[in-house]
Amino acid sequence: MTPAPPRKGSLLERDARTRRRNASEARFQACGLGAIGLGLVALVILLGSILGNGTSAFRQTRITLDVALPAAKLDPKGARDVDQMKKVTTLTYGPLLAQALRDRIARDGIDVAGLKPKDVGDLISREAAAQLRDRVLTDPALVGQTVSVTVLASGRIDGYYKGRVSPESAALDSNISPAQLQLADALKAQGDLSTPFNPDFLTAPDASDQRPEAAGLGVAILGSLYMMIVVLVLALPIGVAASIWLEEFAPKNRWTDVIEVNIANLAAVPSIVFGILGLAIFINFAGLRASAPIVGGLVLTLMTLPTIIISTRAALKAVPPSIRDAALGVGASKMQSVFHHVLPLAAPGILTGTIIGLAQALGETAPLLLIGMVAFVREYPAAWSPENGLFGEPSTALPVQIFNWTQRADPAFFERASGAIIVLLAFLLVMNGVAIYLRRRFERRW
Amino acid sequence: MSPVMLLTLIAGLALAGYVTAKARALGLAGGDARRLASLPGFYGQNAALAALIPALVVLGAAMALDRIAARSEVFAWWSGLADDIPDLASWMALGAGALGLGWALSRTRADYRARVASERWIMVLLIGCASVAILTTLAIVLSMLFETVSFFRQYPWTEFLFGTVWSPDFRGNSALGILPLLWGTLYISLIALVFAVPVGLFAAIYLSEYAGRRMRGIAKPAIEVLAGIPTIVYGLFALITVGPLLRDWLAQPLGLGTSGSSVLTAGLVMGIMLIPFVSSLSDDIINAVPQSLRDGSYALGATRSETIRQVVLPAALPGVVGAVLLAASRAIGETMIVVLGAGAAAAQMHEGLGRLVNPLEAMTTVTVKIVSQLTGDTDFAAPETLVAFALGLTLFIITLALNVLALIIVRKYREQYE
Repeated sequence: MTPAPPRKGSLLERDARTRRRNASEARFQACGLGAIGLGLVALVILLGSILGNGTSAFRQTRITLDVALPAAKLDPKGARDVDQMKKVTTLTYGPLLAQALRDRIARDGIDVAGLKPKDVGDLISREAAAQLRDRVLTDPALVGQTVSVTVLASGRIDGYYKGRVSPESAALDSNISPAQLQLADALKAQGDLSTPFNPDFLTAPDASDQRPEAAGLGVAILGSLYMMIVVLVLALPIGVAASIWLEEFAPKNRWTDVIEVNIANLAAVPSIVFGILGLAIFINFAGLRASAPIVGGLVLTLMTLPTIIISTRAALKAVPPSIRDAALGVGASKMQSVFHHVLPLAAPGILTGTIIGLAQALGETAPLLLIGMVAFVREYPAAWSPENGLFGEPSTALPVQIFNWTQRADPAFFERASGAIIVLLAFLLVMNGVAIYLRRRFERRW
Repeated sequence: MSPVMLLTLIAGLALAGYVTAKARALGLAGGDARRLASLPGFYGQNAALAALIPALVVLGAAMALDRIAARSEVFAWWSGLADDIPDLASWMALGAGALGLGWALSRTRADYRARVASERWIMVLLIGCASVAILTTLAIVLSMLFETVSFFRQYPWTEFLFGTVWSPDFRGNSALGILPLLWGTLYISLIALVFAVPVGLFAAIYLSEYAGRRMRGIAKPAIEVLAGIPTIVYGLFALITVGPLLRDWLAQPLGLGTSGSSVLTAGLVMGIMLIPFVSSLSDDIINAVPQSLRDGSYALGATRSETIRQVVLPAALPGVVGAVLLAASRAIGETMIVVLGAGAAAAQMHEGLGRLVNPLEAMTTVTVKIVSQLTGDTDFAAPETLVAFALGLTLFIITLALNVLALIIVRKYREQYE
């Protein structure tokens, strides 16, 4: 190498090459900052889009009415016998609600140009008649009286107050007319129509394609809860036992190396493959029922196990060997030193890992699609039933319900799906928050 | 016998074993526990486990045999036997429990080392739990292999692996070539990686080399939040936000497409999902590069970025490659984002290169087709359903290869500086 020619110029003044190098330094640093900025912007847009679309799912437009419940129509026999009254279908209750709304319009003197009499009843959700019927059947004494009820408005009216429907789009829509929107505005001005908080979104079951306004998450939350119980009860003990063996007892040989690689690989197997496994083994082979929470729970258990094993092993490894040596020194067996001393000290770490594993399992969708949890379920599943056994009744789950709603035609279901994601994220936030708290509170540095 | 009844009986047997063995040991020692080789509780524990574990193992084996016999001729003798004797499995389980209990009781003597014996049983339990992981992998492979074999009996494997048309039809005459699906999968994954790898890597470099304590304390968890968000959320984001945005601002003005779901939609959103994955893995790897290498470079007058580009990154390269491979495996196996963001139509391999590489065209992937062939009413004899298992096996093999390769690279590299 030839020596560099002696440098000309002043040290106090940067030459072209130094300037170039410094500029390149600045560019590089800006790239790094930009990458982080991009990540954060993506996060903000993602959350903003979900929150923006979903918060309105927690409010629902309702109409308050005074409904006359004529005994002649609802209980022709006059015996107030619930079994007799069950023969009266929602087709009878619907017109009563429509009549009540027409009466209310007449009383308030609302006059909307171009409004057909038939249009008035369509302001009310089809679900409302069923709800009114349920109310009458649980309290037959109401028949013959005039009661004040608050019923769901139809999905399009609800959409009008949430910005999905405008008078222009209503003119093109066969399900709603601009006149109906004007009527809704007039009712709102009278205070008969409002959009309050909607607790039914969290407790009601799913509803059919035509009734987005009535759809709720009750069954889905219950199904997810059942699956989490199965995962917790199975994955925690099995995962901890497996980690104890691998970390404390397993000899270091080729066989245990295979197990280690295998666990690391299982943690990275695509989740959909676990769905195929569940379909083939638990449903086709073992004969368990499709869309049952027990099957979903078993599949999620297998998925969560590697996560729990990896974090449990880390927690066990973090306990210093001096603890084990001390236990062995006073005469404990290897097994006693692990179960009496190491395991309690590792417990906070294990618990943290388990909660994070559960949070992952709660949000998992793909495998559940394959084992039939995407089915339309309106009945709340019982935790135990004689014919289906433990957690054997058909159910759905929170993330699958979200997917289900995205596949429906009515855009009102997109709002529901975003709202359901807010619920899901809230659960995840709480779980991760607890995990972080546990880590901060109980973590020991040795 | 109902399962609840059976489990209660087995538990009762174990409890009875505990009480009897403990009492027997104490009785043999004349009521003085000091004359026993182990504490009295260990005699009980040993007997209880000796009843419980054989009973549960036999019960599980009998139930599995029940199911195998229902499918295979070889084990037909078992179903004949089970039909003749009511509650065969339950009685066998209880019998095994009783045998184990009897054995443990017969060995209960004052000088019997009950603690060692009971710890041996616990060890059996621990090993059993550890083998669940192996069994899972085995079950995955076997379950897909069996159905794939029966698929290849109905449909030639050459046409599956090399077919360029995907058009399943439950009335027959399906073309089930995997190539269009693989193309869609790889194309979407490629776009995701092209987005995620530079962003993730630069974020990791900035966080580990430049960022101060406070910046790191805020930005690192914030980026990792992205990793905790379920994929269905990303899917919905692709469907209602990114898809329409790309369609209205890019695809339609350029005349390249009219659909909200496209390769670019799915790829971009998947890229966002992968950022924390790449960045946290690379962060660990960059932090593992010894400080002495950096100090040496600074001493020679290199700037920080020169040090990173010419010293730190080359040293960390194997680990970064491992991280990218893991991210690729993630991208290939991802389901919900592509189900909601990429569309359902398979790539058209016969309509020119233009449509094949157009990133604004809707395309489908292996995972999407597994979902669509296995949901709804399915007939497990039709090749159109069974093809999903062959797709699943292909997916499993690809991701397995990537994962193992990445693991080997990362492991090897980690040893280098330790």
